[in-house]
Parts: sequence; C-alpha cells; structure tokens
Amino acid sequence: MRTSMLAMSATALLALSTQAFAAGELNIYNWGNYTNPELIKKFEKAHDVKVTVTDYDSNTTALTKIEAGGHGFDIVVPTGNYVPIYVEKGLLLESRPDQMTNFKNVSENWKDVPWDPKRHYTVPWQWGTTGVAVDTSVYGGDINTSAIFLDPPAELVGKVNVVPEMNDIINMTLFYVGGEPCTTDKTVLKKVRDVLVAAKPKWLSMDYGTTDKLSSGEYPATVNWNGSTFRARLNNPKVAYGYPKEGYPLWMDAVAILKDAKNPENAKLFQNFIMEPENAALISAFARYANGIDGSEAFMPEEMRTAPEIVTPEALKSAGQFLPTCSGESRDLYTAIWTELQK
Amino acid sequence: MTLEAGQPRSLEAEATNRRIRRNWLLSLPAILLLLVAASGPLLIVLVYSFLKPGDFSGVVWEPSFNAWFQILFSRDIFDDTVGLADAHLTIFWRSVRLSLSTTLITLVLGLPTAYFIATRSGRQRTFWLFLITIPFWTNLLIRTFAILEMLRNEGIVNNSLMSLGLIAEPIQILYTDTAVLIGMAYVYLPLMVLPLYAAIERLDFRLVEAGYDLYANRLQVFRKVILPIIKPGIVAGSILVFVPSLGAYVTPRVLGGGKNMMIGNFIELQFGQGRNWPLGSSLSILLLLIVMAALLFYVRASSREEPHG
Repeated sequence: MRTSMLAMSATALLALSTQAFAAGELNIYNWGNYTNPELIKKFEKAHDVKVTVTDYDSNTTALTKIEAGGHGFDIVVPTGNYVPIYVEKGLLLESRPDQMTNFKNVSENWKDVPWDPKRHYTVPWQWGTTGVAVDTSVYGGDINTSAIFLDPPAELVGKVNVVPEMNDIINMTLFYVGGEPCTTDKTVLKKVRDVLVAAKPKWLSMDYGTTDKLSSGEYPATVNWNGSTFRARLNNPKVAYGYPKEGYPLWMDAVAILKDAKNPENAKLFQNFIMEPENAALISAFARYANGIDGSEAFMPEEMRTAPEIVTPEALKSAGQFLPTCSGESRDLYTAIWTELQK
Repeated sequence: MTLEAGQPRSLEAEATNRRIRRNWLLSLPAILLLLVAASGPLLIVLVYSFLKPGDFSGVVWEPSFNAWFQILFSRDIFDDTVGLADAHLTIFWRSVRLSLSTTLITLVLGLPTAYFIATRSGRQRTFWLFLITIPFWTNLLIRTFAILEMLRNEGIVNNSLMSLGLIAEPIQILYTDTAVLIGMAYVYLPLMVLPLYAAIERLDFRLVEAGYDLYANRLQVFRKVILPIIKPGIVAGSILVFVPSLGAYVTPRVLGGGKNMMIGNFIELQFGQGRNWPLGSSLSILLLLIVMAALLFYVRASSREEPHG
C-alpha cells in the first residue's frame, strides 16, 4: 500500500513536470490489454500530445471511479449499454462526433445506435460478440450452441470454464430457455436458475484469463469473447469459436469524453483520429475485434479479414442481440440467482 | 479516575495527575489519527448498511433495514415466501470452516517448526527465522499464482505423482476447496510460526527437566508443562491466522476457480456486479463482528487460569 502511494505521488510529480514540455495532455481510461501502443504513439506524434492510458477491468469499476470524481481522466470507453447511465448522470460531454470530419467513415449501421441516438456523445471503439470457445481436439460436435456450457456434452463434462460476468451469463441462459433480456418474468427466471444450477457441477471453474488458458489447453471449453478467442487460436489452432444459435450478446465499446475533462480539445482530436480507417485498423490489429469504421479492412492484416471469429456466419447473424441495461427489479433477481449459483 | 473535590491532595498525587495529563496530551495525536482513520471509514460503512441501494452504484439516502434483513432471510424470488437465506449461510459457513481448518493445519505444522527453531543455537536460529520470513518479500498474488502453477493438471505435483506411478492420470486439485486450503495454509503459516517461536523461546527448559524428574512421560510433560506455558503463543498465532483467513479474497478467487464464493468474494460481488452497496456494507460489518467475537473468545480462553494438577 505504501509503495503504491509512493508510486502514485511520483507519477503525479512526473505528470506535473511533463506538463511543461508537451504541448498538451490526454488521459484515457480504458479496459486493460485493449489499447494498441502504436495507435497512442501515432496520436502523440501527430498532435504533440502526451497520452496516459489507465486500465480498468469492468464497467462498474469505471463508473464508480468516475462518479467519485477527482480522477483526472478525459476519455472513458464504456460498453454501449452503460452509455445511457453516463449520460443520465450527466458525466459526459456532448462532443458531437456526428459533426466531426471523419464521421463519414463510420459504418452505416453504427451511425445511429439506440444507446446514443445520432451519435452525439460517442465514437465506436470496437464491437464483438460473446459466445463459446472450444478446443476441437477435445470435442468435435456442433459448437454453435450455449449447450456447450449449459448442458455440456459428455466429452466436456468437468472441463468447461464460465466467465464470471453476471449479465452475459444470465442473458445467454435467458436466450437458451427462450426468454427476453432484463425480464422480470419469474417462470422464465426459474428455468434460468434451474438450468444454471444443474449445469454448474459440470463446470471446471468460473474465471477470467481465457486467452491464455485457451492457448495452453487448460480450458478445453469456455464462454468467451470473439476477439479473445481469435488471439487464443493464433497460439493454438485447435481452438474454435461458436455463435450460440439460441441467442448471444452483441456489444460495442464506445469512446466518450467526460464532462469534467481537463483536455476536452485533445479528447475531441482523439475521437476524430480513431474514426480514420487507418487508425481504426490499428485498434483492431491489437485487440482483434471489429471496429465499425468503413475502409479500415484495407489496412488490416489478411488474417483479420477472413477470421471466423470476426466474420459472423450469415445463418447465425440474426441470433445476436444487443443487451439493454437492466435496472431495479430484474437486477435484484439476477443477483439472487447469481448468488445461489456461486454459493 | 474520579477525584473528590475539596479533599486534600498530597504532592505525590499532584505529580501523578500531572503525569497522567501529560501522557494523555502526548498520545492525543495518535488517538485522533486512530479515530479519524479507523473509525471514520467504519462509520461510513455502518451508515451505508442502513440505506437503500442506488440504481447503478452507490446509495440512496433513505433509511432501510433491508440490507440487514437480506443477510439472514431471503424472500424466495419465485414464490415470495420468506425463509432463511440458505445461499448466504452456506457462504459464511464455508468461510468459517476453511478458516478453522487453515488455523488447525498451520498449528500442526507450525508447532514442531517453531520448536525446532527455538531449540537451535543463536546463529542457526537467526538463519531459520530468516528463511521463514522470505515469502513475505514477494507479493501475495504472485505467490498464489506460483501455487496455482504447481497444482495444475500439468504442474509439478501431478507430474511427480504420475512419474512415481502413484496415479495414472492427473487428479483435479486446482479449483477445489482443497486447493484453497493448501494455498491459505501456505500463505498464513509464517504468521503462526513467529508467535509460537516467541513463546517457545521463552520456555524455561529447567521446568521440562523438573517434569521428567517427577516421573512424567513425554506426553504428560508436553500437556502439563509445555502447553500451558506456550498457550499465549498458540492463541496469538491462531488469531493471526484465523482473522485474515476469514476475509481472504485473492487465494479463494485464484485457486478456487471462482466457483464457490467465500465472504470476501461475496462482499466484492455486492460492490461490483451486484450493485448493492448496503448489503455489501452490512456483510462487512457482520464479518467484523465475527472477527471480534473470535477475538473475545480467544482473550477469555487465554486469560483463564489453568487448573493445577
């Protein structure tokens, strides 16, 4: 604890001293292992701005810290369903990306999204799907189903990992039993609970770190995100990604500027900067998710353009759904089921 | 400390009073710091536990006993009947059980270790104590991941058991309660050894000799002579191990695979994805109360006079 305090004051001192040298600063608060250092270097060079990236591991962590104030961040990258919460709490600057010069590059289907109508606040960072990843040398059957973890085939019993993301897991189970996300319908939720409680003894663990453990073969099967599975497959070619036909969550992380940003002009430059296809391609080349900017494919490595984790099969496209933000009653019901599952 | 006014006081009493006042004054900064830094945050937690949860995080400033009610009782989400909160009790019981087991294991391993060290010569003693403290040089998280590496299916433990021909295929140790127990016993063992060592070091071995002279056998000497004398060390070590075990977060999270929660993980859930800060706060206070109860029990147990016989 003491060392981290020391480190913090040291960084604070450093930050103060560098202020004098660089023309400007930009403080980005983003998910861990998600920002391409080359992209940052390019931006720093282009605009003579010193960029600092700080990590978080979940939407709730980010929201809590930003709400508490005094964080010093200019930019945050929440998932789409969290954007309305930020807006409602008055935490975001209406930076009008829709009027920026590079907005023309945003793909048609990302120009107007339910969580940010007409894009008054946010710019696409990356988008992806939550599905299942399976080591095909362990199980060779159909993997486009949530049964991989909700009713594991004999080969995978005791070998499945489930990421401890309450919303993703409960919503996938809801799709599996034929319910709607954020439902408060108790007959459906009861089915969800029964399916989950019955499946749990067949799981190996409930943990993150899926990219590494899929690569090493420690997880023969896991609930996972598409980009993470892509990165694992590059290390272990036997890993394959399944899009559950019963339904799977779609998500997009979006770059927003905070209302109390100290460097709003630099932050706007950054929003415009990442809508440039060449720069968006850098984002994807690092974290291996699609970015929502037209023309960026041309700058991406060949393997990105054809990756089965990125190009959703036509037949399974309609099963993907954006998750709304559940609140109040349904959240309490979700937590109760989740607690019972992990007791 | 009541002094009746008007009573003649001796110079000596005057001096004592002055000394007491000066001592109070000198310790005032420390007391203030403790009050602000220790009680302040606790007070916030206590207040939060009597409020309503905010929609996405934080609290709404409306008084409510709901969080405390939720700990013990749950309204069945499906048929609305109120019953004992089975899930919460299971989690609490698992934590208490694992912490007690950890304390017992470290005691059984720590006692001979401490005895061995305390009976060496001066320089050897320093060397062995130095070895005991080495693990503290490395971050807890890194040590836990090292244990994970050893317990894995392709890890050292399984590989050596397999090459010895004791097992045919890897046994699943990782992600079970056993793994959590191994990890916690490893992490907290030094906390048991050090107070035990301090107690045994002070042991007057002439008493042991006297015991033998009076025809006591080894077991009797251990039970009637050594044990009562080193009891404060055992009590201190057990407290030092039991208390942090109860709130352990990293070890169950990494080695338990996150399938079964302990109290620490359960509290984290309330502040994170569960978004129920009041419940998290009330659980934290409850944890504190359990720890205090354990401490009181130990204090009373250690201060009780041993019957002579």
